[in-house]
Amino acid sequence: MNLEKVVFAFFIVLSLTLNFGFFIGELDDPNHHNVYELYAALVVSLIATIMKFGDRAHIGAVLLATSLVADLQLIAAVIVWTISEHGTGIGLSPMVMSSIVSLSGGALLANITSVVILVTETVMFRR
Amino acid sequence: MQNVIYLLLRRMRLPLIVVIMVYTISITGLALIPGVDDQGSPWHMSLFHAFYFVSFMGTTIGFGEIPYPFTDPQRLWIAFAMYLTVISWLYAIGSLFTLLQDQAFQRVLAYTTFTRAVRKIREPFYLICGLGDAGQLVVRELAADGIRSVVIDRNENRIQALRLENLPVYIPALSADVADSSTLLAGGLDKAQCAGVIALTGDDHVNLTVAISSKLLAPETQVICRAETHDAQANMDSFGTDVIINPFDTFAERFAMMFQSPSMFLVYEWMTSIHESPLREFASPPRGTWVLCGYGRFGKAVQKSLSFKGIQTVIVESDIRTTAAPDGTIEGRGTEAITLYEAGIESAVGVIAGTDDDANNLSIIMTAHDMNNNLFTVARQNMSNNDGIFNAANIDLTMKSGMIIGRRIIDLLTNPLLTDFLRMARTQNEKWANVLVSRMAGILTEQVPETWTLTISNDHTPAVLEAFRKGLAVTLRHIVTDPREVTQSLPCVPLYLRRANQTEQLLPVDDTALQTGDQLLFCGRTHAETHMRWTARNFHALDFICTGSDRPSGAVWRLFSGNGAD
Repeated sequence: MNLEKVVFAFFIVLSLTLNFGFFIGELDDPNHHNVYELYAALVVSLIATIMKFGDRAHIGAVLLATSLVADLQLIAAVIVWTISEHGTGIGLSPMVMSSIVSLSGGALLANITSVVILVTETVMFRR
Repeated sequence: MQNVIYLLLRRMRLPLIVVIMVYTISITGLALIPGVDDQGSPWHMSLFHAFYFVSFMGTTIGFGEIPYPFTDPQRLWIAFAMYLTVISWLYAIGSLFTLLQDQAFQRVLAYTTFTRAVRKIREPFYLICGLGDAGQLVVRELAADGIRSVVIDRNENRIQALRLENLPVYIPALSADVADSSTLLAGGLDKAQCAGVIALTGDDHVNLTVAISSKLLAPETQVICRAETHDAQANMDSFGTDVIINPFDTFAERFAMMFQSPSMFLVYEWMTSIHESPLREFASPPRGTWVLCGYGRFGKAVQKSLSFKGIQTVIVESDIRTTAAPDGTIEGRGTEAITLYEAGIESAVGVIAGTDDDANNLSIIMTAHDMNNNLFTVARQNMSNNDGIFNAANIDLTMKSGMIIGRRIIDLLTNPLLTDFLRMARTQNEKWANVLVSRMAGILTEQVPETWTLTISNDHTPAVLEAFRKGLAVTLRHIVTDPREVTQSLPCVPLYLRRANQTEQLLPVDDTALQTGDQLLFCGRTHAETHMRWTARNFHALDFICTGSDRPSGAVWRLFSGNGAD
């Protein structure tokens, strides 16, 4: 058992589940999407990215790429949220909310890709 | 560079994760703890405000309690989070600095910079392994000729010293073990631009390893090696090492030449000195019995050469058994008067101090000189940093291995004609050498002559080729004429001519007609080369020398002078 791989798997799956939890619900209804869930998804995704820093294996580098994509999507969602709430004062209008959720939907896709790669690697790993 | 980034990222994983975790805890806590706004009604900090506050708190900027003054539970949490964030930052920055100063990281960085610099070289270069006296000399002289080299030496201090020298070309240098073939590959051994590998470390076995690795990995590359034992020399020769230089044999040969033909020795010595070194007159060594102290590799080589010339030697050696010294050897170091007396120093004509210890060699010379001040003294100098004391000791002939090897290599690489000239000159007699020495002495001042090669070709001498096209016969006399004062010759001696069809000629006469493809070797004062190259490039100057008339060179002027035919 390689502890490093297990810890990474934990974070990447946690990032997926948190993101999924945020994403699910009516697209433009702020009541269905909790800000803390988005915040937690971003933090966990960042940690998962850092855990792949300096990985020279090909699969490791691809995982770094997909989790970086998830980070960028989530950071974009957070920025949109912050600007609408504190910058322009529009608040969480249906249009703003749907763009935040769709950005997190993109991150969800990247997270799913990461998990698929991870599962493939684990299945192919024989000893 | 990739390696460095990977290493950096990998080592920064933990510090970065710690920073993120600490921020998350602080921000979450701040957002959850209830506060009051300016109206006194309950208020929760948003995640955005919490992030903003923690960011300036963690970096110790501190804008105060915003947007509203904090409640006591909030302050309690801040007091805790403040220490946590500051410590996590210090930890992250501290790890980064530790990493940057880490020996292993520095080595990777140096290696990466080196390989990148080598990869970028687009002109021919030499890979020099070992930066001792010989290596330094070769690098310096090649750089002075604008030839690049790549240097690998195990000793970091020597690499640093090389960096401090202000050489005209950039020399990539790495401190690493050259016996490792991957180091040689990093130094560009397999690059098409690698003109040759020069192994100059002090260890014969390392040189051998370099030679064999080079011959296997890049069979076409020229390999030049230093070898101090005949065993290693034969070994290197067996797999086709191009040039093997044994400093002891080279010196012994030269020394023996001194007895046979002092003028020839002087020709050799002048031609193969370091640029701009002072011109030294050498006394010819007396024939008679010589005392040779030290029967190691140096002593054996010298003894062999001397006995070949029929000169008697008395050997002084402290370790007769391991050196297998012949019968009649006096046991002792030679530094004590009693041993030298036993060896018959009072009736000897010369003393050779050839041990591998500089202090002992000097001691031998001083003691011997006290006992018999008519002695001709020869000393072996092992370390170049002893130059000062060896000069002060007023020794007739000093043997410096590094200098001998370095000079041989430089001549081989930058002036192949000189090697050919010296080879041909050896077959000449003492009278010929006498004439040459007096000719050279006539043009020289206090410095040894410079040697240079002039090739008659479109690249090097466009003016001469233009003269050929116009039907002018250019002779050697024209080339050696001073372009500033045509009645005088430049202070130089044409030594050797090689025609395109490989015919050779020693000391070509002034009336020799030049042809395309001729290679000429000259020696003389430094400025003579500059003026000669000027004539060879400037048709107007050459034309004036050849015909004696200053013809107009511009089209308009030619038209008016009625001489537009050419």
